[in-house]
Amino acid sequence: MEALNRILPITMDQFLPTVIRYKLEERRLVQINACRIEGGYELSYSFASGYNMDTLRLTVQEDELVSSITQIYPCAFMQENEAAELFGVKIENIDRDYNGRLYRIDRQTPFKEKG
Amino acid sequence: MAKRSIVPFGPQHPVLPEPVHLDLVLEDETVVGAIPNIGFVHRGLEKLVELKDFKSYVYIAERVCGICSCGHGIGYCESVEHVMEVEIPERAKYLRTIWMEMSRIHSHLLWMGLLADAMGFESLFMESWRLREKVLDLFDLTTGGRIIFSVNCVGGVLKDMTAEMLQEIERTMGEMEKAFKPLEETFLGEYTVLSRLKGLGKMGPEQAVLSGAVGPTLRASGIRYDARKLGYCAYKDLDIEPVIDTEGDAYARCKVRMGEVRQSFDLICQLVAKIPEGPISVPVKGNPKGEYFMRIEQPRGEAVYYVKGNGTKFLDRFRLRTPTTSNIPPMLDMLKGCQLADVPLLILTIDPCISCTER
Amino acid sequence: MGKLARSPWLLHYDGSSCNGCDIEVLDCLTPRYDLERFGIINTGDPFQADIFLITGGINSQSEQVVKQIYSQMPEPKVVVAVGICACTGGVFKECYNIKGGVDTVIPVDIYVPGCAARPESIIDGVVKAMELLRTKQEEFSRRKKEKKQA
Repeated sequence: MEALNRILPITMDQFLPTVIRYKLEERRLVQINACRIEGGYELSYSFASGYNMDTLRLTVQEDELVSSITQIYPCAFMQENEAAELFGVKIENIDRDYNGRLYRIDRQTPFKEKG
Repeated sequence: MAKRSIVPFGPQHPVLPEPVHLDLVLEDETVVGAIPNIGFVHRGLEKLVELKDFKSYVYIAERVCGICSCGHGIGYCESVEHVMEVEIPERAKYLRTIWMEMSRIHSHLLWMGLLADAMGFESLFMESWRLREKVLDLFDLTTGGRIIFSVNCVGGVLKDMTAEMLQEIERTMGEMEKAFKPLEETFLGEYTVLSRLKGLGKMGPEQAVLSGAVGPTLRASGIRYDARKLGYCAYKDLDIEPVIDTEGDAYARCKVRMGEVRQSFDLICQLVAKIPEGPISVPVKGNPKGEYFMRIEQPRGEAVYYVKGNGTKFLDRFRLRTPTTSNIPPMLDMLKGCQLADVPLLILTIDPCISCTER
Repeated sequence: MGKLARSPWLLHYDGSSCNGCDIEVLDCLTPRYDLERFGIINTGDPFQADIFLITGGINSQSEQVVKQIYSQMPEPKVVVAVGICACTGGVFKECYNIKGGVDTVIPVDIYVPGCAARPESIIDGVVKAMELLRTKQEEFSRRKKEKKQA
């Protein structure tokens, strides 16, 4: 079975409206992924409707604030906390914010720097 | 209003082999909220891609979790192969699928045992685990390992199965199917089990989708979604109909897993009958460059693997979103309104795998 | 004290293992391998345990838990590290959140290697732990007697 598996680049203004649209379409939040790139982060939010999956790709600066999607998808709290704690992505207004105490590791934001 | 109290649950708890901590907010005996507190098993495996090259990282990926070990190996290899556009031989695909389905049987039987144990039904626990030994014997026979067998590599598999092994697999599946029947009858018909599971932790289809549930937890709420339908490995040649149930309670989740064990017996027999001859791996040249999101169906539900290569032998990023990560939010929803005594049982119905979750 | 020697209670804790060794430990208690034939019962209560069986390496969070459980167990006690991760850190040794084997936080008496450790070797380790427990108990009661006399 061939199913869609696309990565769609998206701007910050478009981001929240798209997520709200997805919620209204009753899509399932599949995953949130952060990836370190030079000078910032690449955030990927995947949503699936049936077997088709679309991934929203958001590129942010290192200290740029990203608004949380937990107000729309409450189940995102685990993965958003993880991105914030391990990568240091600045996500604001997370519902159930652990403030970097999800995994309670000794080293701060280990994925931020290489090595 | 009743007085609120907070009861700590875990990390070292008799019903859970793994450490997880929950703060349960209670009103009398009723749970009104639960705050998960994890991090006891966090190792930071994803970061090891910077130290191990993409070929040897398979061994790390397989050690993300000891129960879904084979599946993690397959998921990682398939995603790297996808990025590198490597087409692996048909026989390798079939072999991977056979191991994957056997892992599913072993994982579900393990879960059944733990569920019985949480109910205090000790003999049922022992029976489930005794049956599980047969699958472990097959793993031992075909790979040499019982739990972690490291047979996957980028480009195929490392070990082949002889005709006798395949025969033995088919024979054992028939034997297990017979032995599974009384177990299934007890789980689905025994009144002690029914009185513990029926109506517990109900979740409707909309709630299941929006809270991000995956795997049997999602299917028990009536959603027909099974990532095996995406047709990775040899699943494209197989006839798979997702096992679903519409009740959405703990009993339904149990029933779905029973159905899946039966389905796996059947799938393995199909695979053994259809497996083509040929090589088991192809040489892989060059380094991965590009990215891919791979979805595969683990025993606990859909897992997502993300691989990003930069053209060197070290990957830029490997990300694994495991089924339990997705199943924790629905579990927290389910816990609201249940009795304190049912908490261990409810936690088990999502089949949590903490070491997957925290990596 | 002597009567207890043949039925030690076992406490299992997962440090930060991948589950592989854990399910093998549990497996040891099920019909095929049946550790209970040696008189061992798996318990969840540290205050009643004699043998402390740990799987997996130690990370910054489980360190406190392991130390606490160890201190709650009554003397004499034996610690068994099951699996290569519990012995040295194994494949996870280079991870940023792994401190190393169990012996980095508490003293370990018996090491059971393997990834995952097979039930046969776990049983072997536990049987060795029982012998050690007996000598420790004898030592313990001897010292107690001496104290009484003094």
